[in-house]
Amino acid sequence: MTGQGAAAAQPLPVRLVGGLGALVLDVVQSLGRFGRFLVTALIYAFVPPVKLGRIAERVHFIGFRSLVIVILTGGFTGMVLGLQIFLVLSRFGSEAFLGPAVALALIRELGPVLCALIVTGRAGSALTAELGIMKITEQVDALTVMALNPTRYLIVPPIVAGIITFPLMTALFDVVGIFGAYLVSVELLGMSAGTYFGEMQTFVDLADVMTGFWKSLSFGILVTWVCTYKGYYCGHGAEGVARATTQAVVLSSVLILVWDYFMGSVLP
Amino acid sequence: MIQVSGLRRSFGAQEVLRGLDLQVGSGEILVVIGRSGGGKSVLLKHLIGLLRPDAGHILVDGVDITRLARFALDRIRERYGVVFQGGALFDSMSVYDNVAFPLREKTRRRGADIRQRVEEKLAQVGLEGMGEKNPAEISGGMRKRVAIARALVTEPEVVFFDEPTTGLDPILVNTIHHLIVELHRKFRFTAVVVSHEIPEIFRIADRVAMLHEGVIVDSGSPEAIQASANPVVQQFIRGDVEAASR
Repeated sequence: MTGQGAAAAQPLPVRLVGGLGALVLDVVQSLGRFGRFLVTALIYAFVPPVKLGRIAERVHFIGFRSLVIVILTGGFTGMVLGLQIFLVLSRFGSEAFLGPAVALALIRELGPVLCALIVTGRAGSALTAELGIMKITEQVDALTVMALNPTRYLIVPPIVAGIITFPLMTALFDVVGIFGAYLVSVELLGMSAGTYFGEMQTFVDLADVMTGFWKSLSFGILVTWVCTYKGYYCGHGAEGVARATTQAVVLSSVLILVWDYFMGSVLP
Repeated sequence: MIQVSGLRRSFGAQEVLRGLDLQVGSGEILVVIGRSGGGKSVLLKHLIGLLRPDAGHILVDGVDITRLARFALDRIRERYGVVFQGGALFDSMSVYDNVAFPLREKTRRRGADIRQRVEEKLAQVGLEGMGEKNPAEISGGMRKRVAIARALVTEPEVVFFDEPTTGLDPILVNTIHHLIVELHRKFRFTAVVVSHEIPEIFRIADRVAMLHEGVIVDSGSPEAIQASANPVVQQFIRGDVEAASR
């Protein structure tokens, strides 16, 4: 009797337990590979030769080329925040707190999260697709047989670039957002500029800035980790690359939100 | 130089290599022929260390590469050049940068030295002046020649060709074969060519090995293989559709 035939002959509860066990083993194996992927990349990030040229190129790709979309998103997010919070606070006669409300929302929460989501859509998906195509066209194998380490060339640079660029882009997002809210509340709705910025100085401290910084830093690692992993282990052909790209964007976006909650509850 | 013994490899329930034995002599051109999907590329991936076998050994100058750790395997790979089926050129780089890449990354050569070496290799494959082009801008035949130039630029001891003429017209097939022979004569590397270009491949081979259902069923000189009494070899050489489907 073949293995499949023997399995089919077993009672249903045994087959169900067997199927569940196989599923759990598969998930555990995938998680192990996922974790080992990051650890290997982080080790190679500190072992020479460090590919500075590749890192600079990835910083340009992930960071510089995302600037327009980050500025646009940051600006309009700030404008919407300014308008909505102004309308709410004016009901209680507390418009003076608009500046700190906008700044705290952006610096602690919206800046890191929205910036990470936007960059995932723009650069993360492209990272996965690029790596996936390299994989299916044997370019990764070509690196391996040249006795060059694909992790060092293809995985470390985007992860290091994510660590460098995400906090910088988030800072830019925050600043543009604060000025977006300023535009609406001060220039359009007639609030005093001194009140807007003065109260902000009173209520926003370094701990808030550091919360945003740690979040953006961890999102930088998270997004590049997920996107390079999905590209590196993509399936066969164009369909495999397409599926990997979708999975990378969805998984990154979900993990950003989950991790944000976790960080928000741990950090001061 | 390379000795393969009892090589076995399965993918799921499908056993692709079933105890394969093969020898590659130093300086020879060995051509591995066989039907598509018969395991030729899988065998090649084992020879270059991209796949690990379920069982069996691959000895390169007496060292079993199936047991080597990554860094030790890399020392063996430094003696290799590989021409992949689709070329596997880095599409983010120009033709020149593709050929220069192994020199920049794996040798101490710099600047003018690299330029001279790359231009020399591009000239040898008939692509002088094409260095600034992108891989996407050149034809399939040119891409294969760039891949050959890249594989040979570090002057490897062993060069593996994975179906180097697939998808090319008959004239280009002969051009690539002629190029392999010419470069082999000049640099005296050991060549392992995986191909199903019959009968053209017999013109370039020193020795031919027929892979069928996961084992080498016959090997010998091109003349010996063409005169083989093995019905599987004869069916393959003649392209006998009925016999093959039986």
